[in-house]
Amino acid sequence: MSPWREGIARLRRYPSAVAGLAIIAALIATAVYTVIAIPYPQAQELWRGGERWQELPVNAGPVWADRLLGGDAPRTLTASSAAAETVEEAAYDGVRLNRTVLAVDYPYTEFPSEVTLFLEADFEQRRPFVRMRWRTPDGEVIPLGARRVGEQGRVSISQDRGLESRLGRAPQVGLFAEPGPAGTEERPEARPGRYELILETVHFERTSQLAAELVVYGQVHGLLGTDHERRDLAVALLWGTPVALAFGLLAAVGTTVTTLVIAAAGVWYGGWVDALIQRLTEINMILPLLPILVMVGTLYSTSIWLMLGVVVVLGIFSAGIKMYRAMLLPLREAGYIEAARAYGASNPRIILRYMVPRILPVLLPTFVTLIPTYVFLEASLAVLGLGDPVLPTWGKVLHDAQAQSALYHGHYYWVLEPAALLMLTGLGFAMLGFALDRVFNPRLRSV
Amino acid sequence: MAAAPLLEIDDLRLAYATERGTVRAVDGVGLTLRRNEAVVILGESGCGKSSLAKALLRTLPRNAYAPEGRVRLDGAEVLGLPEERFRRQVRWVRIALVMQAAMNALNPVVRVGEQVAEPLRIHRGCSRRQAAARAAEAFAEVGIPGDFLQRYPHELSGGMRQRAVLAMALVTEPDIVVLDEPTSALDVLTQAAIMNVLKRIKRDRGVSFVLITHDVATSSEIADRVALMYAGQVVEEASAEAFFTAPAHPYSQMLMASVPRLHQPEPPQPIPGRPPSLLEPPAGCRFAERCPQRFDRCSEPPPALPLGERHRVRCWLHATGGGRP
Amino acid sequence: MSPRPAQAAAPGEPLLAARDLQTHFELRRWGFLRTGSVRAVDGVDLTLDAGEAAAVVGESGCGKSSLARTLLGLHRPTGGEARFEGQPLARLRGAALKAYRARVGYVQQDPYGALPPFMDVRRALEEPLIVHGVAPRAERERRIEAALEEVGLAPAGEVWGKYPHQLSGGQQQRVVIARALILRPRMILADEPVSMLDASVRVEILELLRRIQREHRLALLYITHDLSTVRHYTDRVLVMYGGRIVEQAPVEALLERPQHPYAEALLAALADPDPANARRERPVPGGEPPSLAAPPPGCRFHPRCPYAMAGTCDVYDPPALGVGEGHTAACWLRA
Repeated sequence: MSPWREGIARLRRYPSAVAGLAIIAALIATAVYTVIAIPYPQAQELWRGGERWQELPVNAGPVWADRLLGGDAPRTLTASSAAAETVEEAAYDGVRLNRTVLAVDYPYTEFPSEVTLFLEADFEQRRPFVRMRWRTPDGEVIPLGARRVGEQGRVSISQDRGLESRLGRAPQVGLFAEPGPAGTEERPEARPGRYELILETVHFERTSQLAAELVVYGQVHGLLGTDHERRDLAVALLWGTPVALAFGLLAAVGTTVTTLVIAAAGVWYGGWVDALIQRLTEINMILPLLPILVMVGTLYSTSIWLMLGVVVVLGIFSAGIKMYRAMLLPLREAGYIEAARAYGASNPRIILRYMVPRILPVLLPTFVTLIPTYVFLEASLAVLGLGDPVLPTWGKVLHDAQAQSALYHGHYYWVLEPAALLMLTGLGFAMLGFALDRVFNPRLRSV
Repeated sequence: MAAAPLLEIDDLRLAYATERGTVRAVDGVGLTLRRNEAVVILGESGCGKSSLAKALLRTLPRNAYAPEGRVRLDGAEVLGLPEERFRRQVRWVRIALVMQAAMNALNPVVRVGEQVAEPLRIHRGCSRRQAAARAAEAFAEVGIPGDFLQRYPHELSGGMRQRAVLAMALVTEPDIVVLDEPTSALDVLTQAAIMNVLKRIKRDRGVSFVLITHDVATSSEIADRVALMYAGQVVEEASAEAFFTAPAHPYSQMLMASVPRLHQPEPPQPIPGRPPSLLEPPAGCRFAERCPQRFDRCSEPPPALPLGERHRVRCWLHATGGGRP
Repeated sequence: MSPRPAQAAAPGEPLLAARDLQTHFELRRWGFLRTGSVRAVDGVDLTLDAGEAAAVVGESGCGKSSLARTLLGLHRPTGGEARFEGQPLARLRGAALKAYRARVGYVQQDPYGALPPFMDVRRALEEPLIVHGVAPRAERERRIEAALEEVGLAPAGEVWGKYPHQLSGGQQQRVVIARALILRPRMILADEPVSMLDASVRVEILELLRRIQREHRLALLYITHDLSTVRHYTDRVLVMYGGRIVEQAPVEALLERPQHPYAEALLAALADPDPANARRERPVPGGEPPSLAAPPPGCRFHPRCPYAMAGTCDVYDPPALGVGEGHTAACWLRA
């Protein structure tokens, strides 16, 4: 059995390794699923934000977290004219009066975060005119005003200052509140029941049409919630997985492999080659990585691939070289390498085929634990505002949360979700790495 | 000679826990050592000879199970002695150890003179000055010039280092010195010189030696008695006279025939096959698989059969009636 | 496997001939200041014919391993000359050096260390073939199988996929020997090939080397510290001391009638197993082997020699003097 396979067989006896592998497998599965389900261009498009998110609430927490804490925060409810019945009440002289009732069954005792009516009119010259009235389950009717509708219209009912002063409180509260004198309750409660938005539309053309959609925004949304731009955090958190794994893995592979080969070459050739590598390492070791990255990001580009390149280049002549050198030095005198020289193996062959593979097993644990450090580095850069401009990543979610003072506003989910994913990544690789260390590092192996 | 034995080992068993299972490194070893006697424990690598020495000195690695059996020193059981009492009453006071790799036995940053004096200060409670004086004597005894006391281990040649380790073992005047392959890493001339020192010490001091070696020629340099080990057992225990001139166990005979000699026209004969795994040793005689003289009974484990004065052989060929009951 | 036909070497010329061969290592301080040199090999004359097995015997630090490495082309000689099949070693470069390496097989002391721990037997044996461009794969596998069979590891399928730690010491050394043979060399250099093996396995390995050497008419240079392992396995013995060959003789002559005091001392320090050994001390010359960085003037053994003649041995270097058929000793006593 090869030493590798033997090691892996031994690995199975460490529960932490199994757990770590399970976490990593779950992350990889998520990454693969994400890349297939939301292709890269689509992800970019989604993260750019805009209208596609208009029916999602702002800064809504995840549903499950609210339910878990015993809350009953409302979800978003919609009612569309497509599903509602439109009654043509009168038609004369080319002018029609249509009546549409958009009804929502509101089951919550907490209030919605916003109420918005989206209107879309189809006409040739004369814009339709719409009058809006609100009917509560008790039958009270509150007029919401009237307006002409352009091709696209948006009525922010909850932002209506006039309505607010008439109701004596924010419209989304006033419209859903239990009947009673305004402002007397300590904590007003919403009255569950059927609410109706009555639209009376006056069309001035025979073919003119109006589509309407009432959105009663909830306070919670989906599995992961939304951010300040109504974007579903799931997009960023899902896409953050392949980005984080790819960045961590590529950076770890890039630095480890090149560092190892350079260290081996230094040890093998010795003399000035070794001296040069040592001095370069010593200089590089005192160069601060983060400020250099900040500089590159600020002055040049914050593309994630450029950052990766800089991280790898600066990681080559790192402290690792000293460690690998110490491990490789005894190999210079190893019998099998002397034998390889004696049968004529070339210097590159000795370095790549005889020296490097010898210490790979010992390196594997370090390599595995190195991956999350690069994941964290990428996240740190994003938090500092040096994240890739187009890619959604965990770090950027954190950055947005921080920029919007998420914690101050009590949006804990916004910070905790990416943090938990980062921690999970770190935990998975660390658990696997430490178990690998016990398996492959002979000095730690206790019998 | 009917003197009571100084050291008596009876049915000693020792096992290690390894990843592949339990290795029974020492499996029922019996041995006696009298005062001023040198017994050589001879055997190939993996036969359990070093484990035996480690069990005697209690320097076993952590994966070893507690040894079973009896070890008596002057009639007193020492195997069950609590660690602290063993350290104070036995180790280095009664039994001292000379290890194989002399460089590892010495602390590289302490002058050798101080290291040799160290056991005296620990075990005999000597003052610094007394200890230094005794260390100088010990150096003279093993043939190291006195000015070497002030040197560091790396300034000494391999032979000198081995002598220093020997001095360290002798300085507390133990009854028994256990030597684990003391010369196997040394050159021919150095080896001979160290064996000369051992012979002299044995003659002048009346010390008993337990010498552990794989080298038949070296073993004959000092042995009064030889215990030949094979796969965790002593297969033959005999006087040197009997062992080197008329070995009784087939393995002893074949081992003697496999030794390359300087002055012998016939070429040595290798022993075909390999020793059995100590993970699952064979149920019967452990040498049977390689033995040209095996017969039916060899599938049963042979006991150590007496074959004259202090001569025991673990082979059915020497049972009365040719081994057939 | 069939040995290559001898080429280049003129008839009657030895396969390997060294004259006054020197390998000195410079001692430097701070990487550039020369502070002296270690004369590991310091004027060695030796010849080795095709099909001849010779032993180089000496203690550690006598320069025997440096001699082996110089002959393997791992160290460049710093003086004198060594010719293999008529070609001077010191001038081999590039392809010629690589070709030379295929013609010399190397067997090391520690068989476990000599095999890459991460390669199975097949891979370890395939390496020299790949390095020397033996193709296709089927041809390589055929040669690996043949080599394994040659060293007694048949059927090859049993060891083929094993890793060094799964083999016994004897098996490991057989694999190392197979690797040394796989490029069909003309000469095998074996540096202490049995000193790390168990007594019963030593004889097997020595027999194997001897059989292969005879069957393929290979030259064998067997480097050892143990004089008791030269009889039966070599034809000639060269005794090395302080970087030089002090005595050369047919094996029987050396063991029975050593002429140099150092060879005599070596023999006297050794014994065949005998209970009488325990009752007598062995004569051992005092002192330690000379430092190769500062060897004594004159004969290098004179400070330890019981017969040293003041005014001669401590001043003049003794040349190799003929003392019998194929027997020379570098000692003024034989002048």
